[in-house]
Amino acid sequence: MAEIPESLLRRSAEAKAKALGVPVEQILAEMRGEAPPTPAPSAPAPAAAAPEPAPAPEPAPAAAPVEATPAPAPAATAIALAEPPAPSPASPTGNGSGKVAATVSPRPLAPPTNTPEGVRTQRLLTVVKARAIQQVKSEPTDKVNTWPHLMLIEFVALLAITALLLVLSVIIHSPLLEPANVNATPNPSKAPWYFLGLQELLSYFDPQIAGVTVPTIVGLVGFMMIPYVDRNPSTKPSDRKFAIMLYTIFMCGAATLSILGVLFRGRGFNFSYPWRDGIFFDDLKDWVNFE
Amino acid sequence: MATIKERVNDQVERLRASQVLESILRPGSPFKKGYTDSPRNRSYVIMNNVLYHLHPVKVKRHGVRLSYTLCLGGLSFFLFILLTITGIFLMFYYAPTADRAYADVAALSTSVVFGSLVRNMHRWGAHLMVLTVFLHMSRVFYHGAYKPPREFNWVVGVVLLLLTLLLSFSGYLLPWDQLALWAVTVGTNMAGFVPVVGDQVKFGLLAGAEVSANTLLRFYVLHVLFFPFIIVIFMAVHFWRVRKDGGISGPL
Repeated sequence: MAEIPESLLRRSAEAKAKALGVPVEQILAEMRGEAPPTPAPSAPAPAAAAPEPAPAPEPAPAAAPVEATPAPAPAATAIALAEPPAPSPASPTGNGSGKVAATVSPRPLAPPTNTPEGVRTQRLLTVVKARAIQQVKSEPTDKVNTWPHLMLIEFVALLAITALLLVLSVIIHSPLLEPANVNATPNPSKAPWYFLGLQELLSYFDPQIAGVTVPTIVGLVGFMMIPYVDRNPSTKPSDRKFAIMLYTIFMCGAATLSILGVLFRGRGFNFSYPWRDGIFFDDLKDWVNFE
Repeated sequence: MATIKERVNDQVERLRASQVLESILRPGSPFKKGYTDSPRNRSYVIMNNVLYHLHPVKVKRHGVRLSYTLCLGGLSFFLFILLTITGIFLMFYYAPTADRAYADVAALSTSVVFGSLVRNMHRWGAHLMVLTVFLHMSRVFYHGAYKPPREFNWVVGVVLLLLTLLLSFSGYLLPWDQLALWAVTVGTNMAGFVPVVGDQVKFGLLAGAEVSANTLLRFYVLHVLFFPFIIVIFMAVHFWRVRKDGGISGPL
């Protein structure tokens, strides 16, 4: 049988004494089975009102709380493992160990009258995980040094994009039309290209749908919720055909709308053919600078 | 009698061993005297460097393959830096007032040294950044890289995409020409369709009932100060979470 160390027993008794408002020695004696139980929480109101003159009996004269030998075995198991069915505090019956258990069972804030007959209540003392708190060994992975392997690729990529941007900037000039004039509306008026898909949508649907619902609900909230909606843990493309299909359809739709808005919308934002009527897209007005 | 080449080499060696360079470069730097290519020194190049805030010492081998990421996230970040540099240059020559803005941009395109080139780089770089951010998001989606434990970093990424669009859109008005004015008019009209607070949102964006000089100042401050400030914070969180969530996502 397991024996409870003296220090743990004392700590438990102190906590219980504090909750019930009775001396520690008395509780300690009860726990060792040397004193009758304290029927405290069965009558919470008087106990709370006057904790000192509680009807708890004095510690038995025979009790020697401090230099006591280790606690009797039944009490130890009652505290450490589980509480037996809580007997009604009004009529504590049973042998000595039953009395001890009865002192343990009533929780200070939950009177045992709530617990139905025959139900074993458990008290959790501590949980010890089977694994260590920290994983000491990392799993072996195939790794390479960031320098030079990754840094070199990044550096080349930076050079490449800088070169691309320089070439673009030399051959294509930014547009600068006439000065802003609030009274002269150009025909057509187009939004920046990344909003042209939305503008295209606005010409089919009610503004409440195309201007609000699609961009904020679908575009923003919908995209943010993707990881929380897609519960499929696999990252293999063959396992997530539906997700990939959905995303691809959405992106193709957005691209189609944008291309329609950029190339196929002319005067009055009406449909036009770029090869017949020209491109109404002022962002690329100076496509190539021939000066 | 030493040749000139020997003398130059001698001076370079002395410089590399000087106390000044010793104080600037931390141990393991490849620019230091006596650097040898060893696994230990390769680690030091990252670990003893400000780069350690961005990159771990080692990365997964598959993540280094160009075809996995296409460097899209890194390129978006680099374009942001390029845009900051070119944008600071442009700020020297631009005043966000209705009577000066257009003339300033016209002068940038014609009379400022490298003004046209820098303005073009700023504009096309911004469009390119919108594109790379979009492509980066698609790359992440197709790799399923938003799955646990990276869910929240995806959310941060969506915010970054939104901020990129807002940065680009707020800069769109600044040339103060017909294209800018009416594109922003169309764009802010869409914001006016928000159900309950639509008019208020539109009024707050435009600083008035319609696009005016107040709008120009507002968009200018948003463009050069507010949105960059916010996006840098979100980028810091984004990069930090990439590392903390276990680096680049696993191979497919």
